[in-house]
Formats: sequence, structure tokens, C-alpha cells
Amino acid sequence: MNDKRPKNLDFSTLRLPLPAITSILHRVSGVFIFAGVAVLLWLFSESLSSSEGFARVDSWLSMPITKLLIWAILSGLLYHLIAGIKHLVMDLGIGETLSGAQTGARLVVALSIIAIVMSGVWLW
Amino acid sequence: MVTNVTSFGRSGLYDWVVQRLTAVYLAMYFVGLLGYLAFSPELSFEQWRDLFSATWMRIASLFALVALCAHAWVGLWTISTDYLTSDLLGSKASVIRFAFQSACVIVMFIYLVWGIQILWGL
Repeated sequence: MNDKRPKNLDFSTLRLPLPAITSILHRVSGVFIFAGVAVLLWLFSESLSSSEGFARVDSWLSMPITKLLIWAILSGLLYHLIAGIKHLVMDLGIGETLSGAQTGARLVVALSIIAIVMSGVWLW
Repeated sequence: MVTNVTSFGRSGLYDWVVQRLTAVYLAMYFVGLLGYLAFSPELSFEQWRDLFSATWMRIASLFALVALCAHAWVGLWTISTDYLTSDLLGSKASVIRFAFQSACVIVMFIYLVWGIQILWGL
């Protein structure tokens, strides 16, 4: 491969606009959830193993550390879900303009913050 | 530049459709499950077990797990071919990318088998 090939876009020299940040967070949250599934499956398995297991999961979920971990996974899931819905809306041809993309990104951030705070209130 | 093609679908359009369809199913499954949990503050073990030992819920959950693996594969494949490139990693890029993708497949397989064991072990 010819190393002197010009680069059209060198991301390290660009200031990322909000839609770019929400897009990279969509990827980061996806990788994070994929790892988090291991935790969720483990809790799921334990909670269904027996009534003692169910009680153990219940008591873990009242511990602040576990709550924080579940909240983190849930936050990743909610963000990924909302950013994903925006993606599907854009697939329908809505909000594909420059200003539309910015509005969409702002909506994703605003709705995600609301959803994440609400899930935190629910957990605590 | 990525020179080896490891996409299962061997077609970007196929991957695109799989990613969207699984996304819609996963969204419905998780919103439904979260809604159920949110509206059952006094959930008992018996209720929880009865829910997941019902045949329809086993099938719906197994399908969610399969959808999750397919969805994660498309996403992680995209990420690996975007970032684990020879531009960033030099000549070892193909080996590293293949190792990453293999690890992803192994994890997905473990999730799938684990999930089946949980659901059909009830």
C-alpha cells in the first residue's frame, strides 16, 4: 500500500460537532452493553435459579455498588436505544439536513439525560 | 484500508437490514421487560419464574438473544473494520482485527449457550 496516499479526513485535526459526538457515543455504548450483557445474564441466571438465588439478587441490588453498575449498564442501554431510534427516524428520510442532524443530536442528548435520570430514580 | 472481508452477510445491504430488524425487535423486548419490572415493584420469585418458563416467553427471550448476537456482530464488525486498520495499527492490523472478531464470536456463542441453559433449565 502506498503510504503517501493523501488522507481526505484526518479526524485528529477536527473539532467534533455534536452529531459526531452522539454518533461515537452510540458506538461506545454498544460495546459497553455487549460487555454488560455478561453481568445481566449472570444476575438473570441467579435470579431464576431458586427462591434463594432470587433473594440474593434482590439483596445485591440494594447495595450501592451493584446499583451503580446496573445503572451504568441501563444508561448505556437507554442511550443506545434513543440514539438508535434517531437512526431509524433518519433512515425514513427525516432530519437528514445539517440543521436536522443537529436538532436530532440535541434531542438524543436531552431525551437520554431524562431517561437516565428517571432510571436512576427508579433504582434508588 | 481493510482488505479481507469477514462480514457474515458478504453484503453491506444484508448487514444493514439485519441490524435494523434486530434493533426494532430488541427495542420492543427490552422496553417491554423494563416496563414489566417498573410496574411490578413487589415481584416474587414465583411470578418471575412463571414468566420465563412460559413457552412464548422462552421463545421471545431466545430470539432476543439471537437478535442481540446478530446486532452486536454487525456493530462490532463495523467498529473493528473502522478502527483496527493498517492506518492505525500497521502491518499487524489484519491479525489484530481477526483476533478481535474471533473473540466477539466466542463471547456471542457463550451468551447464546448460557441463555439457552438458563431458559430451558427452569
